[in-house]
Amino acid sequence: MNIVVCIKQVPDTTEIKIDPIKNTLIRTGVPSIMNPFDKNALETGLQLKDNYGGKVTVISMGPAQAQAVLREALSMGADKAYLVTDRAFGGSDTYATSYILSQAIKKLGPFDVILGGKQAIDGDTGQTAPSIAEHLNAVRLTHILDVKVSGDKIIARRQVEEGTEVIETSLPVLCTATKESNKPRYATIKRKIASLKAEISIITLADLPHADTTKMGLKGSPTKVRKTFTPQRTANGVTIEGSSPAEIAETLLNKLVEAKIL
Amino acid sequence: MVNNMSLLYTEEQKELLALVREMAEHEIKPFVQSADEKGECPKELFKWGFDMGLHMLEIPEEYGGAGLSYETTAMIFEELAKVDAGYAISFVTTFVALRNVILAGSKEQGRYFAEKIAPGGFAAFALTEPNAGSDPAAMRATAVSDGDEYILNGTKTFITNGALSDVFVGFFKTDPATGHRGISAFIVDADAPGVTVGAHENKMGLRLSNTTDLIFDNVRVNASAMVGPAGSGFKLALNALNLSRAFVATMAVGIMQRALDESVKYAKERKQFNTPIIKFQMVQQMLADMAIKTEASRCLVNNTMKMMDRGSLVQKEGAICKTFVSDCAQEVTSNAVQIFGGYGYSKEYPVEKLMRDCKVFQIFEGTNQIQRMTIANVLDREYS
Amino acid sequence: MSFETCKDVWVLIECFRGQPKNVGLELLGQGRKLAESLQQELCAVIIAKDVDEAVKASGLYGADKVYVVKGEEYENYSADAYGYAFLELCRKYQPNTILVGATVNGRDLGSKIAVSLRTGLTADCTALSVDEKTGDVVWERPAFGGNLYAQILCSETRPQMGTCRPGAFKKPEPVPDNRPKLIYEDIKTPAAAIRTRVIEFIEACEDNDIRIDEAEVIVSGGRAMKSGENFVLLKELADVLGGTVGCSRAAVDAGWMPQSKQVGQTGSTVSPKLYVACGISGAVQHVAGMSESDTIVAINKDETAPIFEVADYCIVGDLFEIIPALTKELRARNQS
Repeated sequence: MNIVVCIKQVPDTTEIKIDPIKNTLIRTGVPSIMNPFDKNALETGLQLKDNYGGKVTVISMGPAQAQAVLREALSMGADKAYLVTDRAFGGSDTYATSYILSQAIKKLGPFDVILGGKQAIDGDTGQTAPSIAEHLNAVRLTHILDVKVSGDKIIARRQVEEGTEVIETSLPVLCTATKESNKPRYATIKRKIASLKAEISIITLADLPHADTTKMGLKGSPTKVRKTFTPQRTANGVTIEGSSPAEIAETLLNKLVEAKIL
Repeated sequence: MVNNMSLLYTEEQKELLALVREMAEHEIKPFVQSADEKGECPKELFKWGFDMGLHMLEIPEEYGGAGLSYETTAMIFEELAKVDAGYAISFVTTFVALRNVILAGSKEQGRYFAEKIAPGGFAAFALTEPNAGSDPAAMRATAVSDGDEYILNGTKTFITNGALSDVFVGFFKTDPATGHRGISAFIVDADAPGVTVGAHENKMGLRLSNTTDLIFDNVRVNASAMVGPAGSGFKLALNALNLSRAFVATMAVGIMQRALDESVKYAKERKQFNTPIIKFQMVQQMLADMAIKTEASRCLVNNTMKMMDRGSLVQKEGAICKTFVSDCAQEVTSNAVQIFGGYGYSKEYPVEKLMRDCKVFQIFEGTNQIQRMTIANVLDREYS
Repeated sequence: MSFETCKDVWVLIECFRGQPKNVGLELLGQGRKLAESLQQELCAVIIAKDVDEAVKASGLYGADKVYVVKGEEYENYSADAYGYAFLELCRKYQPNTILVGATVNGRDLGSKIAVSLRTGLTADCTALSVDEKTGDVVWERPAFGGNLYAQILCSETRPQMGTCRPGAFKKPEPVPDNRPKLIYEDIKTPAAAIRTRVIEFIEACEDNDIRIDEAEVIVSGGRAMKSGENFVLLKELADVLGGTVGCSRAAVDAGWMPQSKQVGQTGSTVSPKLYVACGISGAVQHVAGMSESDTIVAINKDETAPIFEVADYCIVGDLFEIIPALTKELRARNQS
């Protein structure tokens, strides 16, 4: 089975802080990590390889430092890693990013299964992987818990708000993974050492001669950011006090009844 | 996350340590307290270590290991010991046993032993007996030749990984009349007929480590199971101890670092007289001494490992390292409990366990008294 | 599809088993706001097997027009079938603005339509407005786990699209005598174009519990709960309030609660009438999932906990004392 996983390097948003004076994000000192849902997607791919044989390729679109997450993927068991990078790709929104990735996948393919995480924890759009499916006209299954081969068909379990769908389809397919898909494995010591020395292949615009450059970069992005701001937190809550838990409970409930909340 | 940066870690070492730290913090740490209480480590917890390859770090690649240096291996075991030294020692004991078979035995023996361990098996070192601790030559276990086999009889005690192992290196007297020169080493399968595992020792500390008696009752092994020539067992045992001493020390450093981490964190939060106690000079003195001992110990371990990587026998250096570090650990962990005050005495807090865990480091792998005799004897030789 | 020809604000009325989901109806309210600013019409779009309830609701909540595509092939959501139908509608009627609920299926469909039409889609919006000069919708949304908000424009292409959080907006006031124009389009997605088949549906087993994204009252626990067993205290309070239990990511990571109960950036977004945060510090990622709650009560030992910045009622105290006291007091009041 030929599997490709799209992974993204993101800042660890649990570590991000806001500059109280400038009202901007403080990104320095924030560690960069593999997007957690992409890690789930990679684990899905590695399990498919464990069960059905084949090869797992990982690709990431980003600056040179994104090689760190590609190496991490190799240390978990991926076979080959590619960094998709070029100044021409800068400023891409999800449309352009997904287009560029789809072209890289076309070049490296064909693939049976394309995987990605359900959303990146910086952008939080959840649009990139499904859009890749559209550019490639591939079957897309979002929020997939697991994928199995059954004869010449694929059976996947998809998680929606109301429950779980069991879906039957055929390869090739693009799936997005969630936290509940699996628990990603740790690297092994041997693979970790090998990953630090491994060669990461680079794909630039020049390597995609048939791609449509009008669909790339800032110019190729239908959406643009008009402005960003940090949410204002105004602490105007009412403090409830009392000399005992019972008194506090009574005071709170009185207030809630008064405000017609209860 | 505070990282001890006193050593000049390479990028590779930093990455490996981060990996081991992540696994140990997430998968092992949450279960340590209850496992310590029970006196048993759940088998599933060991799987994380095996899957990562922690049982064969230093073992050469041709035997399926990662081929790391002693230096890097020691760093990894320090990291693991911060979470639990009993967990760590289970893997250390295993790889040291395999290491010694590779060093002293034939290629076939090395391969045989490695194949038992590689898929995720433990090994044990069956040397000590009830009457033969510091004086191994007083052992009573025997190996009697019978055709192309040996018949093994004896009782070994305080054997780490006793009940968990798939294979042992066992020491038996092939020539009971001749003291330590009559000891030979054998590879014995744990499931060989006649091998029984005795009761689990209910220990003060290192309670995640499995410690039992091993009883050999007319166990038959092929003559090819003897490691090295007959009578070379004692030398093999001493070489093994040379190796494991420094590793024991690295785990003690891990315990100390943990004690220091917990104590500083606590001292910053705990307020008395409206002041965090870390501002009080006597607490500062204790913390400073803890840091001094931990740092010095780590550097000593690191240098000893570097010597071992260069092929040195480290008879004196290993003894110095083990003695100094284990003595330091006593003070450091005791001070940790002191800093926590009444809470330090409670099992709800992590430091009393550290104090219990480190005592045995002054006892096993050669008591600190024996170590000092070794050091003095070497000095005597060096200066003549 | 050009700026001149594209008109009207479309809202997808997503359905489940013949019933319209709340999010589509909530968006009719926002859609009306945008339609007024753009001086265009508000249209509901229904693609389903059973459409009657959705048609009724679309009228009740103010749609001027309702486009209906009815068919067996739309019984279960599939990107292929729904995408085919929606795109056919788009090409024929050329909408200016499209709003879709940011449900799993909604986001799925949104990205398919946007890429097919080569237009901009903004995800997970929490606020909408119109730049009257340009006619661009200003799509406001959180990023970086809620640490940063961005305003996005789709100024070069039409239609302009956005998915919006369920619960981010309130349902509009019903307009009982509204009679929208109903347009039934007979769009059949060819069987060969539908590449997936739902062979089974397993409903989420909630043990008679209410789903957190639908609950009116949520009593939520965090790291300070110390164990899974302690969540029983929260369940007791939730029961007496007629609500359900939720949790922060810390509780899920510790193995105390399932992920289905997690409120936050990587969990569910909720907007109940009452959210009681017990022993939750109020990290941005959690707040991003519950900040739209009508009323937030926070109980935490640490007076500097960030949760107090968003709470309406703040109690600095031990949840293990306060929560049982609340439960007891409520039970006493219920009896009298």
